[in-house]
Amino acid sequence: MNRPFFYQVRKFYNKSILLLIFLLSFIACVPFFFIVFFVFQKGLGVLNLSFFTQLPPTPDENYGGLANGMVGSLKIVGLACLLGVPWALFLGVFLSEKPQHKIAQSLRFVVDLSISVPSIVIGIFVYSFLVSLFGFSAYAGSFALLMILIPIVAKSTEEILKMIPHHIREAGLALGIPKWKVIFRIILPGTLTMLLSGVILALARIAGETAPLLFTALGNHFFSKSLGEPTATLPVQIYEFSKSGFPNLENMAWGGALVLISFVFLINFGIRFFLFLLRSRNLS
Amino acid sequence: MKKTLIEVKNLSAWFKKNQALSEVNVEIEKNKVVAIIGPSGCGKSTFIRCLNRLHEEVEGAFLKGEVLLEGKNIYDSSEDPALIRRKIGMVFQKPNPFPGMSIYDNVAIGLRLNGMKKRSLLDERIEQSLRSAGLWKEVKDRLNYSGLSLSGGQQQRLCIARALAIQPFVILMDEPTSALDPVSTGWVEELLQKLKKQVTVVIVTHNMQQAARVSDRIAFFIDGKLIEYNKTSRFFTKPESPKSEDYITGRF
Repeated sequence: MNRPFFYQVRKFYNKSILLLIFLLSFIACVPFFFIVFFVFQKGLGVLNLSFFTQLPPTPDENYGGLANGMVGSLKIVGLACLLGVPWALFLGVFLSEKPQHKIAQSLRFVVDLSISVPSIVIGIFVYSFLVSLFGFSAYAGSFALLMILIPIVAKSTEEILKMIPHHIREAGLALGIPKWKVIFRIILPGTLTMLLSGVILALARIAGETAPLLFTALGNHFFSKSLGEPTATLPVQIYEFSKSGFPNLENMAWGGALVLISFVFLINFGIRFFLFLLRSRNLS
Repeated sequence: MKKTLIEVKNLSAWFKKNQALSEVNVEIEKNKVVAIIGPSGCGKSTFIRCLNRLHEEVEGAFLKGEVLLEGKNIYDSSEDPALIRRKIGMVFQKPNPFPGMSIYDNVAIGLRLNGMKKRSLLDERIEQSLRSAGLWKEVKDRLNYSGLSLSGGQQQRLCIARALAIQPFVILMDEPTSALDPVSTGWVEELLQKLKKQVTVVIVTHNMQQAARVSDRIAFFIDGKLIEYNKTSRFFTKPESPKSEDYITGRF
């Protein structure tokens, strides 16, 4: 048997598979670079001070901005995170710490299902039971986003906490620390970086959601005075202006898309930088 | 007069339907090292986990019998398991520093969460614990480094320091050196001899040479039953049970 020949064949085979993996990974990233490139190309020219301070223009005006949409998005996404993140963390903790519990098993089933519910269905649901009673409002918008955020964060929290071996929890218990303190003072802080990655992912997802906001926060040509009113949001403005057919409004939509992408990037880098500072203070 | 610190009476333990321990009776004297030996799956770990009430934390686990610590049953319904565990510390088989915590915080966490807040007191107790665990010299200039940055042997000594920090009077060790190299094992064994002056140690080990080197008494288990409980010197020279003799000589 000619061994060196077989070795050459295996070596070639190994190299081709590695090349294939590299190529496929690269191709998977290409659309992302195109999106960023186009959004910057089309959106960058629109951005100026008034874009961040003024209301949207009418089709024949050459100035204006999306200030009301930015403020509205911040309010609605902020409220959804404020309520949803702690809620989802508790849910994730319960699912991972009491995996065999009957209620946990049914909750896990519900969480798994709701991750796959299309966001427009959530929008219609909130519309039919909240909006029909109380009208369009930022609250209704936040509630719809909350329903998207909670299962995502709960699931990622559960999966991350399950990765921490059981003997770490037992080490905490063995120090005479009550169970809830072991979870909230040892396990959660120890996995903070990973937990926040899950939160960032969910935040990026809800910041760009359009469909559930169409039926709930609706939109507004002006600044809304309270959370109980119809409220403008960036994704809905992008959606409406991009199909308006007026070039100046279409440009506004590109500008809005750039702001939305940058917002998600900034939050992502901001949280990572904050964690970096935190770690370098505690650990060298 | 011997001073009995822990008295185990008719202790039986189960995981769901599987009985792991049956009718164990042992008296452990103060400031001694007791080694628990026996074949795999004989209930050694279950036994020491019953001494600090960790057994009950496993899904479906329960037990019968009494464990008296200084005459008081730790399974009395009025006893708080957290308070029991502050008196009876534990070191595990695998070194398990808390993730994302510095060396300092790993030792401090037990104290902090039990109410000690003052920095000067904490500093003092942490230095003392790390010294007792023989780790102080190696880590005193990098207390802010992650606990996971240490080598395996150092991590295990960090876990010993963590257990010592809350000043328990018993330390349970579940095969503390089975994941360590011979040099680190030597360190830990040397440490045990020093610790004996302050605390009582119950150590599970698979290594009979280690049991002979470190312990004053041996408890030998087979299939959840205590076969023999004897002075270490007698156990290895004139064991009472023929099963012990078979085990020592490798005819098991």
